[in-house]
Amino acid sequence: MSYQSQISDMSPRERLAQRATAVIGLLTLLSLGFTVWLGLFITPPDEFMGNLVRLVYVHPPIAWVMFIAYGVAFLSTLLYLWPRTRDLRFDRLAGASSEVGVVFTGLTLISGSIWGRPTWGTWWTWDPLLTTTALLFVMYLGYLALRQLPGDPDARAKRSAIGGLIAFIDVPIVYFAVLWWKSIHQAPTVLDPLTGKTYIHGSMAYTLLLGFVAFTLLFIYLVAKRYRLAGLKDRYESFLLGEAIEDRKREAMPDLSGVYPDSVGNAGAIDVPGQKKRFSDPNVSVGYDAGLRPDQTDDYQKIGLQNNTGADA
Amino acid sequence: MWRDAFLVMQKDMKIELKSKVVVNQVLPFGLVVIFLFGLAIGKVNTSALVTAGSNLSNGGALKDASAGLFWLAVTMSAIIGVQRSFAIETQDQARDALRLSALDPAGIFLGKAGALLIQLAVLELVLGLCASFLFGMHIVTLWLFLLAALLASISLCGVGVVYGALASGARTRETLLPLLFFPVIAPVLLSATKACEAAIVGNPASGMIWIEILAVFSLCYLTLGIAAFGSLLEE
Repeated sequence: MSYQSQISDMSPRERLAQRATAVIGLLTLLSLGFTVWLGLFITPPDEFMGNLVRLVYVHPPIAWVMFIAYGVAFLSTLLYLWPRTRDLRFDRLAGASSEVGVVFTGLTLISGSIWGRPTWGTWWTWDPLLTTTALLFVMYLGYLALRQLPGDPDARAKRSAIGGLIAFIDVPIVYFAVLWWKSIHQAPTVLDPLTGKTYIHGSMAYTLLLGFVAFTLLFIYLVAKRYRLAGLKDRYESFLLGEAIEDRKREAMPDLSGVYPDSVGNAGAIDVPGQKKRFSDPNVSVGYDAGLRPDQTDDYQKIGLQNNTGADA
Repeated sequence: MWRDAFLVMQKDMKIELKSKVVVNQVLPFGLVVIFLFGLAIGKVNTSALVTAGSNLSNGGALKDASAGLFWLAVTMSAIIGVQRSFAIETQDQARDALRLSALDPAGIFLGKAGALLIQLAVLELVLGLCASFLFGMHIVTLWLFLLAALLASISLCGVGVVYGALASGARTRETLLPLLFFPVIAPVLLSATKACEAAIVGNPASGMIWIEILAVFSLCYLTLGIAAFGSLLEE
């Protein structure tokens, strides 16, 4: 079986997942577009902030997605570490979700910065919330670097799990920073925990809600794609490992290469009833004298060695 | 667990006393860092004539930042100390021997952290004296400073040993340690700096909340290390 056929022969479940992801992608595009249109053109400017308020349709949803992403990653990590639910798929989900989380943390910082420049007069300030969010960004960058270390998937997963647990400690600190410290950042607009009131109304409230929905859909789409990519990568790596093992086998037992069919699917010289022969594959050595590859023959002749089936045999 | 911890701590300290790497290499590095901080931030007196009675002491930015700079120098030296602590394990496959020795992993963690703590204590003593000398850092409430130093060092050692185990071994891993270590240790550094500033000024009341934060961090990281070290050692 070639690599192409191994990967493209998707199971029905995979095909369903692909279709679902495509649907979510379409919904994401539509809702994001609608949010942008509403946010930039339809909703009115704010009483105090003017047109600057339009960032509220983007910045809080991005921050919300950041928390969701890290929360999903944390739960996946816990599920992986719990022996009864240990499955490499949870580790892949944790990695995918953390990666999306890092992207959204960066976007949170950037969109917040853009809001801050006209509001506070500066792009950045060493405020508790901003500092802890920047710290969160760097911590999860370290976690992603940890995930890139080469090694056996299970060892890598366990290592990343511990790193992920440590990195998650900062997430509740960021979430409650506005309440615990006198932060320059404003208190929550929707359902302020201290007063219980919501400070946004009308078309702006609906656009904000739509913004939350749109970015959550974007999060689901990105994580689904990244998760699938991680699974494909693992599958490809194990395929390459299989190929490498076959190469080593062929090197070690040259007399038998091409005689029997191998596990990768090539036919051999021996006629196995019912086995399909693939003559287009260069690895098939039907009728070829076993022992040396064509490029090896010249060198061996130069140093005086002949093929096994040569005249000197 | 405590017996194993004591054994591992003894082993690490014996190796250190024999090889004297921390004393000969890490400590001078810390001193150089403090010196460079002074160069970077302090005022360089370039006047040729110094009249009697003139006040040449380093005021301003360097004095205000002295606690933070001290802790930065300590952290950088601590990272090197952690790398050294695990470098002795990677030689001669000592890491596998440690695993096969049937010592309790939590004990190994505590032992390595303990040895690192002793080395850090010596480092901090010398660097603290140097900082007070070069930066004009005069401590009023000494017990607060020492308590903050102790708790912060426990956190540094706990996190250091956990990440050191993660980041040692293969060649690609060793450069990962600073990237992992610094963000996690930043809140500890902040709290320690604030507590030490309170100690320098002589206001213990304002320093106590930072001491409490430091105590929570130390407890968290020690617990995490005890729980997680076994699986980290296994790879």
